[in-house]
Amino acid sequence: MIRIDYNRLRFLIIDDNAHMRRILRQLLHGFGTREVYEAEDGAAGLEGFTHYSPDIVITDWAMPIFDGLELTQMIRQPGANNNPYVPIIMLTGHSEKKRVIAAREAGVTEFLAKPISAKGLYQRVLNVVANPRPFIRTRSYFGPDRRRNANPNYAGPERRKGGKADVIKQPPLLEKVKTPE
Amino acid sequence: MREKKANQAAVSTFADHEVILPPNKLKKAVQKVKPGEKVDFDPVAQAEAALAELADEFGTWMEQECDRLDRARNALKAAGINQGTRDALFLAAHDIKGQAETFGFPLVAPVADSLCRLIEHMPDMTRLPTSLVDQHVDAVRAITRKNTRGDSDVNAAKLANTLRRVTDEFLAHENRDRPGYLEELAGPPLAPREP
Repeated sequence: MIRIDYNRLRFLIIDDNAHMRRILRQLLHGFGTREVYEAEDGAAGLEGFTHYSPDIVITDWAMPIFDGLELTQMIRQPGANNNPYVPIIMLTGHSEKKRVIAAREAGVTEFLAKPISAKGLYQRVLNVVANPRPFIRTRSYFGPDRRRNANPNYAGPERRKGGKADVIKQPPLLEKVKTPE
Repeated sequence: MREKKANQAAVSTFADHEVILPPNKLKKAVQKVKPGEKVDFDPVAQAEAALAELADEFGTWMEQECDRLDRARNALKAAGINQGTRDALFLAAHDIKGQAETFGFPLVAPVADSLCRLIEHMPDMTRLPTSLVDQHVDAVRAITRKNTRGDSDVNAAKLANTLRRVTDEFLAHENRDRPGYLEELAGPPLAPREP
C-alpha cells in the first residue's frame, strides 16, 4: 500500500473568485499541503506557473482575460515552458458533456465539477499522483492519453496507427492506494 | 524507437503519433506503507474539518456574491446588453451556482444555474429578457436574505422550479431555429457530482 505525502506537493490555484481560492487553499492545507500559490486570472496564472513551477495546477474554467481552457492550451504547448506535462485539474461549474470533452481536448488531466467536496478534490489529486498517464502527441493534440482504459468491445475505427502503442498500459498504482471512505 | 535519459521523457514514435512517458516528478510524494503499519491520518476528514473552520464566514461571502450579481444586473440594465455586461452577469451567476451549496445555500444554486442557462443559450444576447433576469436575481437575493439554508424550504424550491420551467420554455422558443441544440445540453453530464 502507498499513501500520498501532500506536504511534498506544490499547488497553483487559478480562480478569479477569492472565496473559491480560499476554500481550495483551506482544503489543500487540510490534506497536509504547505505550498499553495494563487493567481486570480489566466494571465497571472501563466506567470505564476512559470515562476513557482507547481507540481499540480488547479484552475477554474470561466475567468476574465483568458479562461482555464486557454490557459491549459498554453501550458500544453511543447517548448513553451519547462513542464508541459504538469497535471491540470479543471474545477468548474460547467459539467455538460460538450464542456467535459472540450476540456479533455485541451489537455486537462482531471475534471472536477462544483460544488467542491474534500473527497472529490482528494481523489483527483490522488489520481494524478498515483496514476500518471502517458502523454500523446499527434498533429492536432498534445496532452494526457485520453484513453483511460482499453475497451475490448470498441468497434469503431482505429485512429492511431502503429501497432503496439494502440493500447497503453496504465500503471495499477491507484489500486494500491489507501482511499478514505 | 525509444530514448530515455535521466529526467527526460521517454518517447515512442509511431506512424502518426508519439507516446511520451514524462519523468514522474510527483513520485516524491508517494510513500510506501509497510504491512501492519497504522495510518491514522485521514486527509479527507482533516480537510473537511479545515473547511468547517470557515463556515462562520460563508453567510457574509454569500451576501458579497449576491451584491456582485446585483451590481452586474444593474450595470446590464443601465448600460444595455453588450458583451461586457453580459459576461459580468454570467460570471457572477456562474460563481454563485458553483459556490452556493458549499456556503450552505443549496436552493440558491438551481436559481443561479437557471440564470446561467438563460444567458448562455440565448442565440441573440440582445434579446435577453431583463424581466426574467430580474426575477432570477431577486430570487437569489430573497432566498439568501431569508437565510434559507438546507434544501427543505418548500417555497424556495417551488420558486427555483418555476424559474427553471419558465426559462426552459423561453429558451425553447428562442432556439426554435436550432433544432437539437437544447436537447444536446439535456444529456447526462460526464462529470457526475461527488456523493
